[in-house]
Amino acid sequence: MLTVNHFVILSAILFSIGAVGVLVRRNPLIMFMSIELMLNAANLAFVGFSRYLQSIDGQVFVFLILTVAAAEVAVGLAIIVALFRTRQTVDVDEANALKG
Amino acid sequence: MTLDPIVVTLIEALVKTIVVLVALLTAFAYLTLVERYVVAKIQSRIGPNRVGAIGGIAVLQPIADAIKMIFKEDFWPAQADKVIYTIAPGIAVGTALLAWAVMPLNPSIEIFGYHVDFYIANVNIAVLYLLAIGSLGIYGIVLGGWGSNNKYSMLGALRSTAQMISYEVSLGLALVGVLMVSGSLSLVDIVQKQSFIWNIVWQPLGFIIYFIAAVAEVNRLPFDLPEAETELVAGYQTEYSSLKFALFYMAEYINMLTVSAIASTMFLGGYQGPFGIFPGVHWLILKIMFFIFVMMWMRGTLPRFRYDQLMGFGWKVLLPLALANIFITAIVMVVLGT
Amino acid sequence: MELIPFYFLAVLAAIAALGVVVLRNPVYCALCLAVVFVALAGLYVLLSAPFLAAAQVMIYAGAILILFVFVVMLLSPRVDQGAGTLKWQRPLAIVFGFALIAELVLVLALAVLPSARGPFTPERIAQIGSTQAVGASLFTDFLLPFEITSLLLLVAMVGVIVLAKKK
Repeated sequence: MLTVNHFVILSAILFSIGAVGVLVRRNPLIMFMSIELMLNAANLAFVGFSRYLQSIDGQVFVFLILTVAAAEVAVGLAIIVALFRTRQTVDVDEANALKG
Repeated sequence: MTLDPIVVTLIEALVKTIVVLVALLTAFAYLTLVERYVVAKIQSRIGPNRVGAIGGIAVLQPIADAIKMIFKEDFWPAQADKVIYTIAPGIAVGTALLAWAVMPLNPSIEIFGYHVDFYIANVNIAVLYLLAIGSLGIYGIVLGGWGSNNKYSMLGALRSTAQMISYEVSLGLALVGVLMVSGSLSLVDIVQKQSFIWNIVWQPLGFIIYFIAAVAEVNRLPFDLPEAETELVAGYQTEYSSLKFALFYMAEYINMLTVSAIASTMFLGGYQGPFGIFPGVHWLILKIMFFIFVMMWMRGTLPRFRYDQLMGFGWKVLLPLALANIFITAIVMVVLGT
Repeated sequence: MELIPFYFLAVLAAIAALGVVVLRNPVYCALCLAVVFVALAGLYVLLSAPFLAAAQVMIYAGAILILFVFVVMLLSPRVDQGAGTLKWQRPLAIVFGFALIAELVLVLALAVLPSARGPFTPERIAQIGSTQAVGASLFTDFLLPFEITSLLLLVAMVGVIVLAKKK
């Protein structure tokens, strides 16, 4: 019998993996991918609860999160590209001076 | 002997899948022959007419081509990423074939009290599924260009991908018009609702937009700059040979078949005849062949778009037209109260 | 019976997520992320949300990830660099990651199951269609967030064009 606990525990595992990814990796693109992983974990929790509470609001939330995530990825990648243009490196540990 | 209903469903799906796959692969093989023949006739030459010729048409030519391709040397470019180089054609073919899982091929029939549906799956979001599969198809190209470790392949892949993404938007919007008219996302429902009048009567502009966007999606002339032989060597397919190239080739032709099938299903009524006479898979095959012929006709006659013209057309002409189509459809529907 | 696809997809998603975080080659990480997205789409289908499954594949795997793959291919060196300036950061992060997982799993496993409170049972969603249900809710109860999201997309588009333009 599938209960909501199954889905929410999977969501917690994916979220933690994403969080560790953000902390451990130094390539900003992979850090960004880990953030997307965290967002998806939250989406899964939303849809899981939407199904078990028999409400459609969770699915609508996820739809809006999908849209916002798309906008966020576009802007984030543009920032990373701009960062790469000035610093010629994709290592966040080297981007440690505010002067551009 | 009664089986668990789930096992019955699985076996049924497996049988249908195998039939569809065999049909598609045979169609692909003979499409290559048809293309060479049609383009030859348009260009006033004789097509292939030697291998196993029956009445001047080389019926066994595709088999000869296949054998030739299999025996070509299968090489790896230096320092290419082996994993990505290998899976790219697989992804291209896989996503091309997946779209056929939701196509309704024939009205459902009853044989000896056993209900047979002529589609592999009736998903009630079938149109969204098709669009999703279409957007996954881009991976085959982008990974093919990257895995070849070659600047020209990469550039060709990037151009091709940008083109496909741009025209995907107009494609989806053109289909929205049909969805508004049909009120359902399921392909089976859309075909059943066209039993008397085809959707093209309600959506002529949508049909034209869809067809142009579909030709651009499949990277056919006049939109095939990213893979034309005179440009960028052969685009993302430059470093591929033998079986992997054959897979890319197959992916392109099956994509052609898929978009023709979608156009037939959504705009021309799928297996429905005109005014609903004798519905059946024969009408679907006729319509698909018609679209394929038009695509080959365009290949033989039209010049190629330049890349900036192509992108400008997609974003500045096709997209506003698709949006206008949705507007007009909405207004007409509200006014007529349908 | 539903457990088999759930466990298959869950294990696939978890392994692919680990792949995103662990693999050295950024392109492989992007492909693992695509696997995660598709696995999650499968889970949404299990949760009676087929519209969201299709939207997830279309938007996340078909658009956002393509953007990622483009930028990775054009910018990133082939292999990620080593440990970095703070040597103790990586092991400590992994320890905290395990702690986080343990804590979350404990809290969620002991949690009380919430009671159903709306009308949208899976049967009803199958009857009226997942897209129709989400759409009806989006255009009535959630109309303001919907319109604000469209404004947000416009702002994002303008922002990206400004940021990415060459001076």
